[in-house]
This record gives sequence, structure tokens and C-alpha cells, in this order.
Amino acid sequence: MAGRSPWAEDTARAVLAPHVGTPGALLPMLHALQETFGCIDESAVPLLADTLNLSRAEVHGVIGFYHDFRRTRPGRHIIKVCRAEACQAVGAESLLDHVRRSLRVDDGGTTADDAFTLQVVYCLGNCALGPAVMIDETLHGRVTPARFDTLAAEQREGAP
Amino acid sequence: MTPTRVFVPRDAAALSVGADAVAEALAAEATRRGEAVTLVRTGSRGLLWLEPLVEVERPDGTRHAYGPVTPADIPDLFEAGFLEAAPHPLGHGPTAGIPYLKEQQRVTFARCGVIDPVSPGDYRAHGGLAGVTRALEMTPEDICAAITDSGLRGRGGAGFPVGVKWETVRAAPGPQKYIACNADEGDGGSFADRILMEGDPFLLIEGLTIAGLATGATAGFLYLRSEYPHAIATMRAAIRIAEAEGWLGDGIHGSAHTFRLHLRVGAGSYVCGEETAMLESLEGKRGEVRARPPLPAHAGLFGCPTVVNNVLSLAAGPSILAEGPEMYRTFGVGRSRGTQPFQLAGNIRRGGLVEVGFGVTLHDLIHRFGGGTRSGRPVRAVQVGGPLGAFVPGDGLDLAADYEVLAAAGAMLGHGGIVVFDDTVDMAAQARFAMEFCALESCGKCTPCRIGSQRGVEVLDRIAAGVDRDANLALLDDLCTVMAEGSLCAMGGLTPNPVKSALRHFPEDFDRPARAAAE
Repeated sequence: MAGRSPWAEDTARAVLAPHVGTPGALLPMLHALQETFGCIDESAVPLLADTLNLSRAEVHGVIGFYHDFRRTRPGRHIIKVCRAEACQAVGAESLLDHVRRSLRVDDGGTTADDAFTLQVVYCLGNCALGPAVMIDETLHGRVTPARFDTLAAEQREGAP
Repeated sequence: MTPTRVFVPRDAAALSVGADAVAEALAAEATRRGEAVTLVRTGSRGLLWLEPLVEVERPDGTRHAYGPVTPADIPDLFEAGFLEAAPHPLGHGPTAGIPYLKEQQRVTFARCGVIDPVSPGDYRAHGGLAGVTRALEMTPEDICAAITDSGLRGRGGAGFPVGVKWETVRAAPGPQKYIACNADEGDGGSFADRILMEGDPFLLIEGLTIAGLATGATAGFLYLRSEYPHAIATMRAAIRIAEAEGWLGDGIHGSAHTFRLHLRVGAGSYVCGEETAMLESLEGKRGEVRARPPLPAHAGLFGCPTVVNNVLSLAAGPSILAEGPEMYRTFGVGRSRGTQPFQLAGNIRRGGLVEVGFGVTLHDLIHRFGGGTRSGRPVRAVQVGGPLGAFVPGDGLDLAADYEVLAAAGAMLGHGGIVVFDDTVDMAAQARFAMEFCALESCGKCTPCRIGSQRGVEVLDRIAAGVDRDANLALLDDLCTVMAEGSLCAMGGLTPNPVKSALRHFPEDFDRPARAAAE
């Protein structure tokens, strides 16, 4: 799983350095920052604006536009549940209800023990083997509520 | 003794049902028994309901299939003698003879699931690079003409003739031109781009290179969605290898040509699959749709002439050049030439990838290939072409999958995704979802899409609650007309498709409270 380290400007500058001079660098930079820090910290905005000669408003606008970019640190694991049509056709809505209830989180929320952040997504490209769930970068197919509980328990046990 | 080659996919769909665990169990069991086995990780054959699909190669080169295999099956498979292709309850005989595969016309996906995706040797040995080799001997004009002659139309959904687009960019003045490959496969029910990028990434690289040679573009951008970490990893590895092989960079394939390829990862926005929103995103901006004109072919990425093509459009180029446009034209019907990789998804018994010529009926795809629903219940509705595609009723599937035939029926092919629903589906909920999805994913630039979708959700909620039903149905109809005619791009413009088709074919689902009251 990607990093969740606290904001450090030196680290941030080092993370951004390989992308300086790349045309259209803002998205690659945001991905690189989130990969390291787990989210886009408020302090990243002026740094990005300064690095790319943009206004802070422009940087804010881009961060806010894309579903992927978070402004707060996620839990140790990110659970993505697919809610696109193909998964709906095989029970994604009831799976999602089960996930919300069993983890006691809303969409986008993080569990009380900081283990999981729940993210609802639209299509993981596993549409013939739905319902699909991705935990960090591991994709799971034909996920039933019972199978989800097993997967979540495995992640919790493996937690550092 | 020569080790027996055993193939296990590393495609994300196969991994999602345990392919890694199967590969591990296989290697461990072979060691335990002292059997000489070489494990090859491939892409997917696209027979997804059989994943994890394990194949064993016989000395004569034929491959025999077993699936779906779980780690618990492995000892039993060895015991039964699967390394000698012995029969087993999970066995399907020679892979090429499985009807689902045998009845396909694999052109673009011929190598998928067969080769090690990141082996340049495998790629060459299976006919790779023949297209780009041919392109290097041709003039840019002739390459564009060959693509036009093949009848290839954009596979992203719009169906615009690819050769005409390339020729426009070739003829456009400008010192710098680009190829932008749209791999933002956001349509629910679509996974062909993903399977191709994970199973045969060099084909896409070759296709991009050919587009570069045809237009004079010296750089390509591959915009790949963040939801596909496996495809991102495979494409990154393939680009590095292609650079080392001299297939990308300066002096490609020993010629004087330059072509560099940059991979960019999307950030979870559906509308960035719209070509101009994708260009904005590649430039590091909000993914807001641009007004046209100017067309991207004249002023696209960073203001330069740009070819924007889907993965499948670019991946068709190499075989068209290698085997000639006439070969490609022999597939398909009418003005829909060539093959289309259809994706059978949702509530389907045999889900997967079916590459056949245009003209096949939806009924054939869903029932002959797909075997009907996974639940065993009747097919009630089918959504063709992603979240902006129309719903077709289960008893109206005799439609040919062809751009013009579907358009005449008020439907569209889109990216070839086909999502099947059984008779438990609530079509009013699906219509609401279409509006909800549009509200969530609208880029916000134009009012009919940004506000219309939100109002659409509210109107549908009132209809579902039985509030002022007739007036609200009339309002919904008006709203759909405004969205269809007033939106800047297909996001708002086509969202009325699923809504109106659901209403037309399944009016009873929108009349629940009234009926309940009457009963």
C-alpha cells in the first residue's frame, strides 16, 4: 500500500523533482504526492502553484475536479467497491450496503480503527466477474458479502 | 527431459479469482513431484468464466485447457495426468477447439492469452512487428490510405473513420504533432482495452508507432485510467522494454524516425474519456470538455495537431498493414467493417471477450456465446455501449451489432460493452442511476448536463414516488430533449438514451405506486 507519511516539504520537493519540466505535469505531480503522503496536504497547494507557475486557485480547481485526489489521509487500506452497471446486475448494491454496515462507514469514510477507507468507484474493468472489489491494488471478483468479510478480516490480521 | 510449459494468466480478471494462488500451488506441486514444468504467465484468452484457466502445452505445440482451477484442484490435476493433457472434469480439450474461442474471429486479440505479454521474443515469434515493418516501407500518405481502405472506424464509440482522421493530422501544418491514445476505458461493462494492454502491450505500442509514422507525430501519450493498476504496470514495463529494443525513441527499428511514448495515469474522472476532456487532463488541467471547432486534429494536445484514438482503433493498425486492408474488410457488414471485440458482462453465464466481425446479433452474443444469464433467470434488459447506451429489451435482441443498425434502433455500439440484466432488475432504478452517474461525472462546463442531470434525478424520484406522474413524465421528456440537444459533449447528450429507452420498453417499472394503489 502507498505511503501515508506526514507532510514534509523537503520530501515533497524531492518527489516533485523528476516531473519538473514535464509538459502538463500537474496530474503526475499530484499522483506522486498522494503516493507518498496518502493525500494532497494543504501545504502542497502553494508548493505546486509555485513550481508550475500557476495560481493556487488553479491547483485547487484541479485537485477538486478528480475523484482520486484526497485532502485527508486514508486508512491503512483503501477498499474500492464497484457500483457500475455490470456489477449492479449481479448484486453490487446489496454488497455495498453490507460493506457500509459491516465497516460502519459511509462512502469516502474511514473506519474508527483507521484500518479501511471505503471508496465507491464506477468500473474496475472486471465486469464479467462481478461484483468487483479492489483492496489497495488487489482486485477481487465475484465478491459475496461473506467473501468480503473474509477479505476484510485477512487485511485486519495482516495489519502492522 | 524438456520441461512441460504450463500457462497461467496474470490478467487482472484472472487474478481477481485466484490466478496467483493457482500458479503458486502449481509450482509447489510440480517441485514436490519432481515434474519438470516451466510456468509461463500470460494475458487472458478472454474466456473469463473459465478463469483461472490453466493451459498445458503438448510436444506438438497444441495447448490444452483446464478451468476454472482452484489451488485445491492442483494435486488432483497432476494425479490425473494433466501434464500429458489427460481428461479431467475441469478439462476442455485443446484450447483452440473450445467453441467460445473457435467461433470467434480473433484479429486484434490473436496473441492475447497466448504469449508472455512482456517478451519481445514471443511478440516477434507470433507475428509482431510485421505491421510497423511494412509501415516503414510506405509513405505516410499510403499508410493513411490503407487505414481508410480497411474501413476501420473509431472503436471508442463515435465510429469516425480512422484513416480520415490520420490523413487530416498528416496534412495539418505544424512542427509538432501528437498521437493521444484514449485508454480511459470508463464505460461500465467494458474491459477490452484492459485485457489488450495486459495481454499484448507491444501491439498497442506498435499501433501507436504506425499512427506516428502515418502522421509525422514524433510523440504519443497514453492516457490510462487509474482504476487499472495491472494494466499500468504492464504498459510501463512494455514501454521500457520497447525503448531498450529500439522500438521507441530515436531511430526506431533502425530507421531515421523518432517516436517516444509517454504514459499518463488518469485520476478517476469518467468524462476524461471524452476526447477533448482527455486532452485537457493530459495538459494538467481540470478535465473540462472543449468546444469544437477547432477539432483536435487541427489544434489538439498543447494546441498541436493530434490524433485521438481509442486503444482498439490503434491496435487494429498493425494487422491492417501486415495483412492488407482487404483482409480486414472481409470481416463485418455494410459500413461496419472489420472485427469488434465485444465484451459480455453483468449477469451473464459465460462472460468474457468475443471478437467477431460486425453484424453478429445481440441474441447470438448473449445466448450462443454468453449462455444467457448467470442467475439462470430470463434476460430482461441489456445495456449496450456503456452508461450512455440505450437499454434493449430481452425479447428484442435480434438486432445486428453494426453502427448503423443499432443507431436506427435508437441504440449504439459504444465501446462494445454489453451488460446483461435478469428479470429482477428495476428499470426505474437503472434510469435514475443514469442521471445520477451523469450528475456525478459531469465536467460542469455546460448547463444542460451539469444541472439537467441533477434535475433528472429529482424528476425520476418524483415519478417513482407517484407524485404528479403525468406532468413529471412530460417534464422528463422535455429535460431529455434539452440535454440531448444542448449539451456540449456525449456525456449530457447521450444520458437521455438509457433513461428514455428504459421508459419506452419498461413503462410498468415507472408505475409502481399507482399500480400498488389500484391493486
